[in-house]
Amino acid sequence: MGMIDREQVRKVAHLARLELTPEEEERFTTQLSGILEYFEQLNELDTSQVEPTARAIDVSNVTRPDQLDSCEDRELILESAPDREANATGQFFKVPQIIGGGE
Amino acid sequence: MFGKRLSRLDSLSFTMEPTVAPTLFFDTSDTFMTTATPTKTKYEAIIGLETHCQLSTETKIFSCSSTQFGADPNTNIDPVCMGLPGTLPVLNEKVLEYAVKAGLALNCTIAPYSKFDRKQYFYPDLPKNYQISQYDLPIAQQGWLEIEIVDADGNPVRKKIGITRLHMEEDAGKLVHGGSVGGASRNETRLSGSTYSLVDYNRAGVPLVEIVSEPDMRSGQEAAEYAQEVRRIVRYLGVSDGNMQEGSLRCDVNISVRLVGAEKFGTKVEIKNMNSFSAIQKAIDYEIERQVEAVESGERIIQETRLWDESSQRTISMRTKEGSSDYRYFPEPDLGPIEVSKAQLTTWQAELPELPAQKRHRYENDLGLSAYDARVLTDDRSIAEYFEATVTAGASPKLAANWIMGDISAYLNKEKLNITDIALTPDSLAAMIKLIESDMISNAAGKELLPELLTKGGSAEEIAKAKGLIQVSDPSVIEEAIEKVLAAHPSELEKYRGGKKNLLGFFVGKVMKETGGRANPKLTNQLLQKKLDG
Repeated sequence: MGMIDREQVRKVAHLARLELTPEEEERFTTQLSGILEYFEQLNELDTSQVEPTARAIDVSNVTRPDQLDSCEDRELILESAPDREANATGQFFKVPQIIGGGE
Repeated sequence: MFGKRLSRLDSLSFTMEPTVAPTLFFDTSDTFMTTATPTKTKYEAIIGLETHCQLSTETKIFSCSSTQFGADPNTNIDPVCMGLPGTLPVLNEKVLEYAVKAGLALNCTIAPYSKFDRKQYFYPDLPKNYQISQYDLPIAQQGWLEIEIVDADGNPVRKKIGITRLHMEEDAGKLVHGGSVGGASRNETRLSGSTYSLVDYNRAGVPLVEIVSEPDMRSGQEAAEYAQEVRRIVRYLGVSDGNMQEGSLRCDVNISVRLVGAEKFGTKVEIKNMNSFSAIQKAIDYEIERQVEAVESGERIIQETRLWDESSQRTISMRTKEGSSDYRYFPEPDLGPIEVSKAQLTTWQAELPELPAQKRHRYENDLGLSAYDARVLTDDRSIAEYFEATVTAGASPKLAANWIMGDISAYLNKEKLNITDIALTPDSLAAMIKLIESDMISNAAGKELLPELLTKGGSAEEIAKAKGLIQVSDPSVIEEAIEKVLAAHPSELEKYRGGKKNLLGFFVGKVMKETGGRANPKLTNQLLQKKLDG
């Protein structure tokens, strides 16, 4: 029995909006379990006295002044999108319509 | 032991369940439930608000594009807010300052160590497929604000509403479905039958603070008052314009009902899409009614998000709410943590202005104003400061309040001006009020002077002199006028002396006319009475 079951793989796939075939579900269940088992090795270390951290480099309070700087790359950004549309109100990114799922 | 910072991710609950047993429902809820039917008084509503407030910075939270409202679509975009590969977000220092100041003003504890997290969800209003927000270590926590409601007898009813947390995050973009413009809800406009959406990312990355209240409110009125107090506070601080129409202030409501005395909370429903304070109040009152009816008839209340529909004055089911675990928060690797130093905190604390609740207390307790007057004057900081300057210049607080709330406000409303736009200075208003208090001019003369003072400014006394509005308080001048009037109206005088005492008013009017309206009315009354009766 691995560290992750097929139901969890289905859930993760759903959250990532991935469509998996039954064969893929099977394969990823094994592979993901393998990866997690590999990471389990880290548990050999005693970290009870170690302050947890989310990053390796110890820097804090990196900020910038509230100064306007117009971006020259606007057209480039619009152009790199898969689809765009211009109408009377201006330039838009064009995406397939999504029903629900928003925040 | 796996220290505090990360393990809290697991235990933190994002529902509105309170951490302490609720004890507040005896306080004030009776006041607002007097119109409810007997059946419904068995129930109480448990209400909490999540308020998103746009910070008034020039640039976005993590990049240097403009935050200007109403710009052409996709003009205020850049590689960072669009989440292009290889870009690195950097926190705008003003965002941190404004968030901390808002936290301090809400009596919160400012976190000595705070960080950003990624909140994942798929929706095209997010260019990155995640939103940079704060999860388990928000910048501010555990505060409160005080709301004040003036009851039917004019007495202030005060209540503290707990603030669970305040955190910084970026706003999302705006969807325009099928190219239509104009609004169904905040984020989207709908056109049925369209197969695609257009996206404007101008607002993506605009800085927000989200303020989450404790579920301490019990009525629509309390919730609307809470939202207004939040707006007053952020406006006083100058950290947000609080404009609801432009989406700078947005409130989501969490609400459930339960039997009075019950310990367990009912199922919570979220309401969105309210564009005004009155909409917040109406949506809550509607929802309380709906939930109580559902409970009474044995229906199950579904945990869901509902939209307030202004046209039908109802809440409409939108979708079932996903569990918070689906957001898969994790620490934002591109942004370092934030450690606000004690010295920095002291500096920012010292920069806070006197806040609306403090002003209300002071106006009521020290200046002797009614709760109503205090509330009206403190609603807008510039009005409150104008009022205070007028009082400092020597005017009586009550008279200053009356002039500012009366004729001056009427003028401001009519001309759509701010109090800082008018030529009348607080000193000059105080001088005019002092002329009235010392009987140099009448109240009516003050009203006559006002238009010129408002538009051109100048000295009230000089204008009063030029217009001949200085009151005559010299007894000999008034007596002379009285003699003339009495001589001209012998029959009225006879009637008066025969017992028709109410003719006094007639004589006063005549004397005023004789003096061109300038006779001191109090003195005129006294002298006339003496002459008539003597």
